[in-house]
Amino acid sequence: MKIVGHKLSFLENIYLFEIVRGLVITTRHFFYNMFFHIAHLLGYQQDVEAAVTIQYPEQTIPVSKRWRGVHRINTRPDGSPRCVACMLCETVCPVQCIHIVAEEHPDPAIEKYPVSFEVDVTRCCWCGMCEEACPVDAIYMDSGKIPKAGYSRQDLVYDKETLTKEVPLPGYQRSLNPPGAGAPKVNPMGL
Amino acid sequence: MFIDVAITLLKIAFVFGLVLNIAGILGWAERKQSAVMQDRIGANRADILGLRLFGLFHPIADIVKVITKEDWIPPGGDKFLHTLAPFLALFTALAVFAVIPFGDTLHIAGRDIPLVIADLNVGILFVIAFGSLGIYSVVLAGWSSDNKYSLLGSMRAAAQVISYELALALSVVGVIMAYGSVELDDIARAQGQYVLGIIPYWGVIAQPLGFLIFFAAAMAETKRTPFDLPECESEIIGYFTEYSGFKFLAFWMGEFIEVIAVAGVVTTLYFGGWQVPFIDSQGFFVPGLFTIPLPHLLVVVIQVTAFILKVCFFCWFMLLVRWTLPRFRYDQLMGFGWKFLLPLAFLNVILSGVIFMSFEG
Ligand code: SF4
Ligand code: SF4
Repeated sequence: MKIVGHKLSFLENIYLFEIVRGLVITTRHFFYNMFFHIAHLLGYQQDVEAAVTIQYPEQTIPVSKRWRGVHRINTRPDGSPRCVACMLCETVCPVQCIHIVAEEHPDPAIEKYPVSFEVDVTRCCWCGMCEEACPVDAIYMDSGKIPKAGYSRQDLVYDKETLTKEVPLPGYQRSLNPPGAGAPKVNPMGL
Repeated sequence: MFIDVAITLLKIAFVFGLVLNIAGILGWAERKQSAVMQDRIGANRADILGLRLFGLFHPIADIVKVITKEDWIPPGGDKFLHTLAPFLALFTALAVFAVIPFGDTLHIAGRDIPLVIADLNVGILFVIAFGSLGIYSVVLAGWSSDNKYSLLGSMRAAAQVISYELALALSVVGVIMAYGSVELDDIARAQGQYVLGIIPYWGVIAQPLGFLIFFAAAMAETKRTPFDLPECESEIIGYFTEYSGFKFLAFWMGEFIEVIAVAGVVTTLYFGGWQVPFIDSQGFFVPGLFTIPLPHLLVVVIQVTAFILKVCFFCWFMLLVRWTLPRFRYDQLMGFGWKFLLPLAFLNVILSGVIFMSFEG
């Protein structure tokens, strides 16, 4: 084994000059940033950043075109969810955060529809498996949104209405079918 | 008699009101200053009716949070000592301000009011004594917590504080030699002289090496980074692990008050106290040329303001150091204290002695 040691020189050993060097750097940053903070306050130099902070949620950074955000339930032309309550997403979800209650649909060609469709985003691990499992392209993760903080757990369980209202991010590579597009009725068995 | 008591009470209210407020604001300044130094914005979310005021409400939010927290005393701990320790920390830090002069003697309505709460003739020794008393709060906190890690932390803290106390006290000897007094008021007054007729004879001019030693040792006494081994919340466990709620806040405030105390003592000993260069009781003057007389009250106000500004500057500077330097390793800490600062302090005493003797002779 080779031990690589750094022998401190005398000047480094008495710390003082190294400390002063460090202090010069931090002081420079302090006064530089302070100057622009004050300038911003007075309405000048708005184009020079005084801090790298992104003030989420008021400010966000653009997300990648393939990034998985909050789920969206796609709709048929009549506005009803495309989901046929096949339970594939609920089954495939590794953390079991999707809860669907299925009901018989009046239209025999559709067979089933979800009475309630809940995604518990506190548990979701954003793996995107639900999206891949869905045979009718009903669930997408293309809203490009990060879930907002909530004051209770129930605030973070998104129901069918919320998920249906989500819109896809424009130009998003995940959106093969925008809301309201595609076949009016989808028979999962292809019949 | 009654008036004297009232005046003393007023001075106490002024000094402690100021110190406690600065300590509260330091909690905010620490966050904001570190943020600005690191190109961040810092805590700014606490608001009252949408008014954020650069996060100035965060200290208030902190206090509310801390007061409503459970005050937990370890079941196996010593209830009395556990409660006593944080208040001892606050008390020893605050007591130092009793002897720090914050202005020239005020002549008002035929009275001479020295602008210091207690003009003790032991002066600087009182400061050092109360600095050492601070160890009790540390040791008692660790001992009464019934937690071996707290106890080890308090041992570490005590060892550090005791080690640096030697260098601290020795570096002060140089100042005592330079001004021939241990009384802080005398020391501040003596710094109104000028060398070569133009340079203010401040402690930092008379004792540049002593100032560096004092400042380093005093930083170690405040137990903050780079000397924050007693606390170091991120890896080794410190002595106030078993403290919660208001008592934890007391330690926290005690630390900030210590910062202000160190700033005050450094100002008094090395940066002219309340002296403003070229302003004295006669007014503004350029040595040997002319004098513009100023009213006495204005001069005193300028001097008190100057003292407060100097203290604020050193508070800022100590925060700057705290956010610049990484923490020492424990052996480095001990080595720095015993093998570097202490011999240097001795050297400073001897050198100062030789220099002052040769100038007098
Ligand atoms: S992204 Fe993954 S974890 Fe989240 S709901 Fe879909 S399958 Fe479940
Ligand atoms: S996999 Fe698609 S169709 Fe099946 S329940 Fe989930 S969202 Fe509905």
